[in-house]
Amino acid sequence: MLEKKKDADGDTSYSISVGPVHPALKEPVKLNMSIEGEKVTGVDFELSQVHRGVEWMGTRRNPIQIMFLAERICGICNICHIMAFSKAVENAAGIEVPARASYIRTIAAELERIHSHVLWAGVAAHELGFDSVMHYTWKLRENVLDTIEYLTGNRITKAIVTIGGVRRDIHEKQVPRLKETTDYYLKSFDKLGKIFLKDPVVKSRCRDTGILTKKEALVTCAVGPTARASGVRKDIRVDETYAAYPELDMKPMMPDMVTGETRGDVYDRIITRLLEVKQSAEIINDCLNQMPEGKIVYEEKIPKLLAELKGVEGEGTGRLEAPRGEVFHYVKMVGEDSPYAWKVRAPTYNNMLAWVPMLMNEQIADIPIIAASIDPCMSCTNRAVVAGKTSSILTQENLHRLSVEKTRKIREALK
Amino acid sequence: MTPESVLSSFKKKFKTKVKNGKVEKVPHKLKKTYKLQRVWFDIDRKYLKDAVAHLCKQYPYPHFVVCSGYDNEKDIVMNYHFTINYAKKAGEITVSMRVTLPKKDAVIESITSLIPGALISEREMQEMLGITIDGIPDSRRLFLDESFPKGVFPWRRDKTCPDKLVRRTN
Repeated sequence: MLEKKKDADGDTSYSISVGPVHPALKEPVKLNMSIEGEKVTGVDFELSQVHRGVEWMGTRRNPIQIMFLAERICGICNICHIMAFSKAVENAAGIEVPARASYIRTIAAELERIHSHVLWAGVAAHELGFDSVMHYTWKLRENVLDTIEYLTGNRITKAIVTIGGVRRDIHEKQVPRLKETTDYYLKSFDKLGKIFLKDPVVKSRCRDTGILTKKEALVTCAVGPTARASGVRKDIRVDETYAAYPELDMKPMMPDMVTGETRGDVYDRIITRLLEVKQSAEIINDCLNQMPEGKIVYEEKIPKLLAELKGVEGEGTGRLEAPRGEVFHYVKMVGEDSPYAWKVRAPTYNNMLAWVPMLMNEQIADIPIIAASIDPCMSCTNRAVVAGKTSSILTQENLHRLSVEKTRKIREALK
Repeated sequence: MTPESVLSSFKKKFKTKVKNGKVEKVPHKLKKTYKLQRVWFDIDRKYLKDAVAHLCKQYPYPHFVVCSGYDNEKDIVMNYHFTINYAKKAGEITVSMRVTLPKKDAVIESITSLIPGALISEREMQEMLGITIDGIPDSRRLFLDESFPKGVFPWRRDKTCPDKLVRRTN
């Protein structure tokens, strides 16, 4: 809503709200901003639109039932929540995951990272007004989705992780298809890099836009690519290590690897994510080469596993690196059917506070790309309504149009 | 830096206010030299802010993960999870501080002046567990809508829980 306010000095200021709802994430967001002309001078957000009470539901279900609920917390990064929940329960119950299962979990998680980052790249291109690039990147994404379907039976919700291991093995004859996919992404990396990093228009729209300094990233406790793009080396795959990551040679992807400097802007966030797509393809290749033979699950019989979990008393935590950052689950078990307490923390929960320094003093036309740059639930910009006494309505189309117009102007100027 | 040294530094500073200290070291299945390192302890609620200040002083910019909490019928228990020593291969240590608040006087001091990133978690705890955070810069509701009835706290296990509002859960 666009509201007109007059302060004590008689100066007029406006506030604009962007948002709110998308059912895909746990955290739909409505951004309220005060504006002065074209400049953003204050940022606030509301989250209350679709709170589903997932944790409340979880404390009334048994761990096996929660697995299916946890997988549906987020549509895009579904594997992270079920894996973090499984890790928390395994931690509380002292269950050890077989080595082969750790590798399969890693492969599934990295496939998810590829599809999430490529999806994000498409949305970022759309926000900037490059719809042909959006269609191109989403075409690239189809390959990994088909491979996920080939491995797990589903394109998005994989249902491959279970408490104590995984539900499906990767057979010898499935390996060539997986290698084809990784080759495909390693090859298309150069082209993606050329589109996003070399294009002068994308560069002038994203360079020095939405800056989050290293200190701001540290005090707001930002996570994932958002933090890494600001120069904070936080990557749980390396820092805490889980699944098969300790056996892999990897380091966090930082933007200075490409440009030699860290500015913490939207451009750096694009670099970080593109580098991670390449890294994920390499990790999958390494996993396929090193994967040991053996069991894939701690206990195959679900009733037996449930009976064992029923006797567990204690608390456990599970942390891991989702495409968007750190996912954390806390579970307390008291020897009953269902957990006594369950706390879920998705990455956007932490990254939202980083919006405030990012959006401050930026232009309205840059709101879509800056809000999108932390990879939140994308729809935050789906419905921007500017109403109020003046009842002018700024819909998503209008806001998007502003963003596209800015790109056009820059393109003209650069000619 | 080891989890033991982290725990002993808190014990040294806060003496009897730190209770039930526990160090968890789980060797990784694939590489035994890498360990999952966790420190748990209870801290008197009056000293929570001092303990967080101590953490910030000893280990600059601890990463505040989240605050988890539950109602154990008698009291409200809250766990403040932090991680320190990140950016080092397999060196990260999770520090979880547990505070117990009696239901009659469920008040705790805000830590946002030390770690601004804790604001979202503190707002969530206020509305979900029905506690009061003293000195919170923004005490509005966050996840619950304004239309959700006042005085009903979703994570409570007593009269104030929302079970009456729910007809079917499955």
